[in-house]
Amino acid sequence: MNTENNASAKLRLDSLTVGYNGVPLISDITLSLARGEILTLIGPNGAGKSTILKSIARQLAAISGTVYLDGRNMRALGGKETAKKLAVVLTERVRPELMTCFEFVSAGRYPYTGGFGALTPRDREAVRSAMEKVNALDIAGKDISRISDGQRQRILLARAICQEPEVIVLDEPTSFLDLRHKIELLGILADMAKNGGISVVMSLHEIDLAERVSDKIVCVKGDRIAAYGTPREIFTDGTVKELYDIESGSFNALLGSIELAAPRGEIKYFVVGGAGYGIPFYRALQKRGVPFAAGILPGNDIDLAVALPLAQKVVRTAPYSAPKEEDLALAKALIDSAEAVIDCGAPSGEFNSFNAELISHASRKGKRIIRSAEKL
Amino acid sequence: MMKTENAANNRNAARCCAVFLAFILLYAAAVFVSVRVGSVQTTAKEVLHIVFTGDDSNSVAYNVIWKIRLPRLALASLLGGALALSGFLIQTFFRNPIAGPFVLGISSGAKMFLAVATIALTGIFGKMPLSATVVASFAGSLLSLLLVLLFTGRVKNMSVLLVIGIMISYICSAVTDFLINFAKDSEIVNLTHWSLGSFSGATWQSVKISAAVVFAALVAAFLLSKPMGAYLLGEGYAQSLGVNVKALRVGLIIVTGVLSACVAAFAGPISFVGIAVPHICRMLLKTGKPLVMVPASFMCGAVFCVLCDFAARMLFAPTELSISTVTSAVGAPIVIWLMLSRRRGNEY
Repeated sequence: MNTENNASAKLRLDSLTVGYNGVPLISDITLSLARGEILTLIGPNGAGKSTILKSIARQLAAISGTVYLDGRNMRALGGKETAKKLAVVLTERVRPELMTCFEFVSAGRYPYTGGFGALTPRDREAVRSAMEKVNALDIAGKDISRISDGQRQRILLARAICQEPEVIVLDEPTSFLDLRHKIELLGILADMAKNGGISVVMSLHEIDLAERVSDKIVCVKGDRIAAYGTPREIFTDGTVKELYDIESGSFNALLGSIELAAPRGEIKYFVVGGAGYGIPFYRALQKRGVPFAAGILPGNDIDLAVALPLAQKVVRTAPYSAPKEEDLALAKALIDSAEAVIDCGAPSGEFNSFNAELISHASRKGKRIIRSAEKL
Repeated sequence: MMKTENAANNRNAARCCAVFLAFILLYAAAVFVSVRVGSVQTTAKEVLHIVFTGDDSNSVAYNVIWKIRLPRLALASLLGGALALSGFLIQTFFRNPIAGPFVLGISSGAKMFLAVATIALTGIFGKMPLSATVVASFAGSLLSLLLVLLFTGRVKNMSVLLVIGIMISYICSAVTDFLINFAKDSEIVNLTHWSLGSFSGATWQSVKISAAVVFAALVAAFLLSKPMGAYLLGEGYAQSLGVNVKALRVGLIIVTGVLSACVAAFAGPISFVGIAVPHICRMLLKTGKPLVMVPASFMCGAVFCVLCDFAARMLFAPTELSISTVTSAVGAPIVIWLMLSRRRGNEY
């Protein structure tokens, strides 16, 4: 899929090898990015995401291979020429003294201004519109050292935008941000890419957000690129678990949710859930470290997504169908051997009558039936 | 929305104008008083007459003003400006507010050379000529500068360079102290006098030479002010904006070094002006913009040194204090006060 994009690629890495002091860290990186696309690097801490980004932004000399910007070899481009096409948002935390946000952002006009860096009205307009894009006009006159992390991240982005680049490289732009600011920032990036035609290369730690915002994903793992493709191709449960070497706990690629390791041992409770009612019980049991079984959950039930990683045993049925005889028998057997049954209070109707049947089976057997999480 | 920004802009511009105007007025007043007052008292009328018409060339007042006070004032202004400017440049370079122009070991190199030259020349000629002092200390400063430059290319972390500069200072001081151990007292009087710093030996000749050096450096500093502004954001950003960071660093070191070498050669290692004055300017102007800070530091340094020199001459007249005594006594408390108030201001 790379070859067909080559002609129109804004940014292309051709068997790039990156590393420090001539020692290769990651070899043979080949990828390409079209106008307005967002490419995200994901991977564990210290995997080399920043190293790759630094090499793209020429902060670090590549060991071998080539980066093409707009079809031109970046080695041949001058500093200012590059600056007009590629801007960066870095993790380095510098707090210039006595500088307003407006002044900070206007530094992005550097490649366009004259010998003494005086701003023309056209430059001021570019700064203003960049700050407007990130909703930071209200803090234009504030000192850069006296704004919050969320505001700073937006100011850093505005500085990059007002450089009027075709490609923006961002190293972990969402670190230190709370949820709301993460969503806001990625929203701005997505809008910038889609409507502004700017291509974005960034690294993210939030793989769930990475999946939502990116057109392409690169999994970086220490010494190699573990995978490269569209989010659909990358986000299978296995890839993420393997990428981060997750041994306990799990990641649900579809929902982007994380579950801690399931309690193991002799099953103490059988949880009768469904329609999302079971989830708080599963999580409460996991927190207490109590092993449990869950059932009977149809394949299309939301509870299944959490029951699977957390329960010792899950009894399930095909979507929209009644359970097979053997599964019903299995559920009953599990109830028989459990200490108690938890009735999560899921609504019952004609398509899950089997669960009402399980509850009545339990009470017939004299099992204790727990109906609220406090009584666990 | 942009109204706030424009208002802030106008406020800053007005503040800058006010500060520069204050510098000019203060400078004019300081110069006028310094020319008039001293061991030979003159009236304001006399001063104006002598300075602007050049008459009475045989009077004592004429000679005192034209041959002693005016060159001394000119030198104090030039070198004061040079010190403050080099202080600002080196603070920008290290992004460290307590760096001063002599942290790179420049004054120690000058002193070492001067010690060698003094001992050798007093041995041969019986005395140390003034021109030799200038040449030796300038050569010593440049040698230290060269050493530092050699390291600049190799070192990635700039604070390492700071340590290297301090170490060079120690090595040079060790050599100097070693030489002093074996020297006669009469031989090192000159050296002691030099290390205290003074503008008292000023001649028109030294004014001309330092003016040439200082103004060339001032022009260079102006030309560097745009990349310096980007460098304030951090190395990574400067580089991504198209600044040649290595070249900028070398440029900053050379300009700083040449300025402080010039000061060391003509007036000795004057302390604290280089550290204190850029701070005073930043606080007054409420900005760190190099394009504003370069002329502001220069002017403020000139005012500061002229005033301190006047104080050095007059406070315990007829005994003249060394200039460093005054600049340190005034400068150090200012730095402490500024640091404390800055810490408070930065909290959020």
